[in-house]
This record gives sequence, C-alpha cells and structure tokens, in this order.
Amino acid sequence: MNKTAQNLGFGFLYLTMFVTIGFLALIIFFILARGSQVLSWQFLTAAPRSGMTAGGVAPAIIGTLYLTAGAIIFALPLGLCCAIYLCEYSPKGFIVNIIRISIHNLAGVPSVVFGLFGLAIFVNYFKFGVSILSGSLTLGILVLPMIISASQEALTALPQSLREASLALGATKWQTIKKIVLPGALPGILTGVILSVGRIAGETAPILFTAASFYLKGYPKSVFSEVMVLPYHIYALMTEGTHPEKQTAIAYGCSVILLILILLVSFIAILIRQKQRGYQNG
Amino acid sequence: MVKQVKIKAENIDFYYGKHQTLKNINLQLYTNRVTAIIGPSGCGKSTFLRLINRMNELVPHSRVSGRILFDGLNIFDPKVDPVQIRRRAGMVFQKPNPFPKSIYENISYGLEVNNMTDKRYIEEKVIDSLKKSALWNEVKDRLKDSALRLSGGQQQRLCIARCLAVEPEVILFDEPCASLDPISTGKIEELILELKQDYTIVIVTHNMQQAARVADYTAFFLLGEMIEYSDTQHIFTAPHDPRTEAYITGRFG
Ligand SMILES: Nc1ncnc2c1ncn2[C@@H]1O[C@H](COP(=O)(O)OP(=O)(O)OP(=O)(O)O)[C@@H](O)[C@H]1O
Ligand SMILES: [Mg+2]
Repeated sequence: MNKTAQNLGFGFLYLTMFVTIGFLALIIFFILARGSQVLSWQFLTAAPRSGMTAGGVAPAIIGTLYLTAGAIIFALPLGLCCAIYLCEYSPKGFIVNIIRISIHNLAGVPSVVFGLFGLAIFVNYFKFGVSILSGSLTLGILVLPMIISASQEALTALPQSLREASLALGATKWQTIKKIVLPGALPGILTGVILSVGRIAGETAPILFTAASFYLKGYPKSVFSEVMVLPYHIYALMTEGTHPEKQTAIAYGCSVILLILILLVSFIAILIRQKQRGYQNG
Repeated sequence: MVKQVKIKAENIDFYYGKHQTLKNINLQLYTNRVTAIIGPSGCGKSTFLRLINRMNELVPHSRVSGRILFDGLNIFDPKVDPVQIRRRAGMVFQKPNPFPKSIYENISYGLEVNNMTDKRYIEEKVIDSLKKSALWNEVKDRLKDSALRLSGGQQQRLCIARCLAVEPEVILFDEPCASLDPISTGKIEELILELKQDYTIVIVTHNMQQAARVADYTAFFLLGEMIEYSDTQHIFTAPHDPRTEAYITGRFG
C-alpha cells in the first residue's frame, strides 16, 4: 500500500519535470522552426531594407550588445562595491537588514517604472537624450538589485574561517577581500551577472523611452546616439508596417538571435565558473 | 637558558555580548617554551588564544578589559595596529583552513601580503617552510595542485607551513590535532618540539597525554577562570586544586 503511494508520488514528480522540460523544448523548437528560415549571413550583418521587410537586423544586434555591455559596465562595479560594503564593512544589524530588504523590494518594481524614471532623470534632467547612455544607465539600475543580492549571497556563503586564515597571516582587511574573498565569491557573482545579462538583453519597457528607436539609418556613432535593439525591433515588426507575413518571419529570426546571444553569454559564464569551482573543490 | 617572559596577560575579562567568557585571567608565556592550555569544552581556551592575536575583535559585540603585554607592549593600546600583532603571533586553527589555491600559493600568500616581492626568496621560503613542517616529501612534485586535494593531516601541516613562512615570534595552536590520526598527530608533536627552539608556543589541547608530551607549562581553565598554572610535570603529578586533579584524572562531572 505504502509502496504504491510512494510510486504514485514519484510518478507525479517525474511528470511535472517532464511537463516543464517539455514546455522549454517546445518554445525553443517553435522559435527555431519559425525563425530559422530567415537566418542567413546577410540577416546578421546587413541593415534592414524596404520598410523592414528585407535585409538584416545587424543594427539591432549591435544596439543590444551596446546596451547590455553598457548596463553591466555600470551596474557590476557599483553593485559589487555596494555588496562588499554591506557584507564586509558595515556593522551588522538593523540598518543593514533594512537596506537588504529595500534592495530585494527594488527587484520587484515593474520594469516600465524604471523606464519612466530613466526618462525623467537621464533623458530629461541630465539631458543625455534618448541614447545608449540613458538606456544603459536605466537598464543598469534595473539589474542593480539582482547583482547586489547575488554578490551578497556569494560573499556571505564564503566561510569566515578563510577570512580569519588570511587576517591571521598579517594580511590587511583590503588584501583579504581582494585576494581571498572576491576570488572565492566569483562563481556566485558571475551567476548574478548571467541572470542580469539575460534580463537586460530581453527587456523592452525600460529602453522604450530612453534608448530605443523604431528605425535608424546606419549605426550608432556615440553613446549619445539612439539605437535599434532586438526586443524592441521584434515589437515594432509585429505591430507596425505593411507586410505582416514577411515581418513576422523576421521577428522570429530576431528571437532566435536573442536566444542564441543569451545562451552564449550563459555558456561562457558557466565555463568560467566551472574552472573556478574545479580549483576550489580540489 | 634563563626563561624570558614573552607575553603577559593581566586581569583579562572578556565578554561576548553580555556573556562573560573569561574572568580575570593572569598568565605568562615564556620565550622558547611550550605552554599548554587544557580544560573542558566551552571554558574559554580558544577565546583566550584569539585574544593574543586580536582575532576576537572581529566578533561583533565583543568586549575586553585588562592588558596583554607582548614584549612589554600592550596590544590593546589604541595606537597598536592589529595587523602588526597578527604578523608577530601566528595561528594554526582547530580545523584546517587552507585557501582554495595551490599548495605553493597557500604559502607564498603570507609573504606577498607582507610586501615580499623577491620571487627567489619566496620560492626558497616556501620550500623551507614545507620542509620544516614535514610536508615537503609528500608534496614536492605537486606544488601546483589545489591544496584542497590534500588529506586533513596534510592540510593541517600546510597551515603550519603557511604560518612558519611569515616568521612570527609566537605560534598559537588551537587543537591542531583535533581532526588528525595518531601518525599525523605524532608528526605535529615532533614538529612543535622542534619549533620550540625558535618560537614561543601555546597549544590548546583536549589530549592530556599530548600536553604532557609537548608542554613545559600547563594552564587549566574552567568556566572562564584559570584554576591552576605551573610546570606540566607538577600539574600532572601533584596538582594543587582538587578540580584540576579531577579533570586530569578524568573524574570530572
Ligand atoms: N563568536 C562567539 N559569539 C558568542 N559566544 C561565543 C563565541 N565563540 C565562543 N562563544 C562562547 O564562549 C564560550 C567559550 O568558547 P571557547 O570557544 O573559547 O571555548 P573552548 O574552551 O575553546 O571550547 P572547545 O574546547 O570546545 O573548543 C562558550 O560558552 C561559547 O559558547
Ligand atoms: Mg576551542
């Protein structure tokens, strides 16, 4: 009797796993099936032509790369320093807990709100205009909580005994952080960066008013240029224009590229983590 | 050899928050001698050891009063930098805690953070420390391997080598053999007796035989107080205090 109940339980768990993986496979298969027909070298390297019904999406790919890189360049050092301060320097207690909770809550704010904030502050107040700079900063702020939380977790997970070992040898606190704590926490920090990159590359709302442009001739010239970006390009293709069938195919092509970009970044980060972990586990 | 006072603890009280862990400890440690600290679990042995290299101040809400004189210098003087004290008093922890780095880097690390840049000197020092800690023969072909691949006993000897490389004056051993087999334990005890030529040594241990084998002096702690302190031989053969006698004969409770 007990045995059958247990088997039923296992069966159910197995089924849920199967359903989850099934959905994932379905999404990837679906997008690949619909998008792969438009994929070509030209699609990756050329600019759109004929009212976005032909040509490629290179400017949008480049734009996505710029914005993602810009956001990480801004958010990673800031978030990491913030996490280091909270974990290693600030006195533990009430205030730090409040800050920690605030940061967690910030992660739950809808992204379109960040978009409005970016418009008000970076575009209008600082007069950066609708630009790569404004978009990167807005996206950076969006993922800041994620990076801080992941870094904080990685730092707290590192055994206190390693810090003590280093200090006991006469290392200063900063030497200990630089040479022992940060290398040890690197895998966890990278996890935060992977998640952030996925988030940034796929977001539309925060860049809607701060960076993205529906159609641009040529490539961005400086950080103050507007850019085309993949997610917004998909949105534009599906909602505007005069040749829905051709545009839909291109939109799926863009989705494939977006997927591949994100998978690629994750893959690289996982490789780095593996290497680091391998060393740490002997 | 005339015995010289290296470290002198005067009226030490120590608190973790409101909880008083050490009560009025007065104790002297002598140059080129081994001093053992014994006592039941939780009596404050580690706490006392960690005061000598100012490690306890990393614990939030801890508080100390009294003085510890290190060659006459009060280490709690606000003008004293704890980093300087830790360079002079090395520590080997109860649980081996090698860095997740290579065997070589585990030892060179201490030299590098002490601003040693001469590669040749560092290399010599690494080899020398590994030889002194009786680990050289086991690791000489694999210095680039991760230290975490070593056995527990080897890791502990690596931690000792790491400590020796920076040439402290005092070495604080906190139950260095707690997680080791009798053979590794024997090696570490031999090592301690050798190190005594050059260092002032304190060893916390739960093993009475070990204290009897390696220590010149022994202090018995109980519930945060130092009950008795004298020659090891004296403490093990003719203890003054009935509580000391009860503890060392295993009739405690
Ligand atoms: N970080 C800490 N915060 C609060 N209390 C602590 C801390 N470390 C130790 N204590 C308490 O202080 C007392 C003495 O601890 P200590 O580690 O010095 O004992 P010990 O003699 O080394 O014991 P053992 O032989 O088990 O290692 C214990 O009651 C312990 O619970
Ligand atoms: Mg202890």
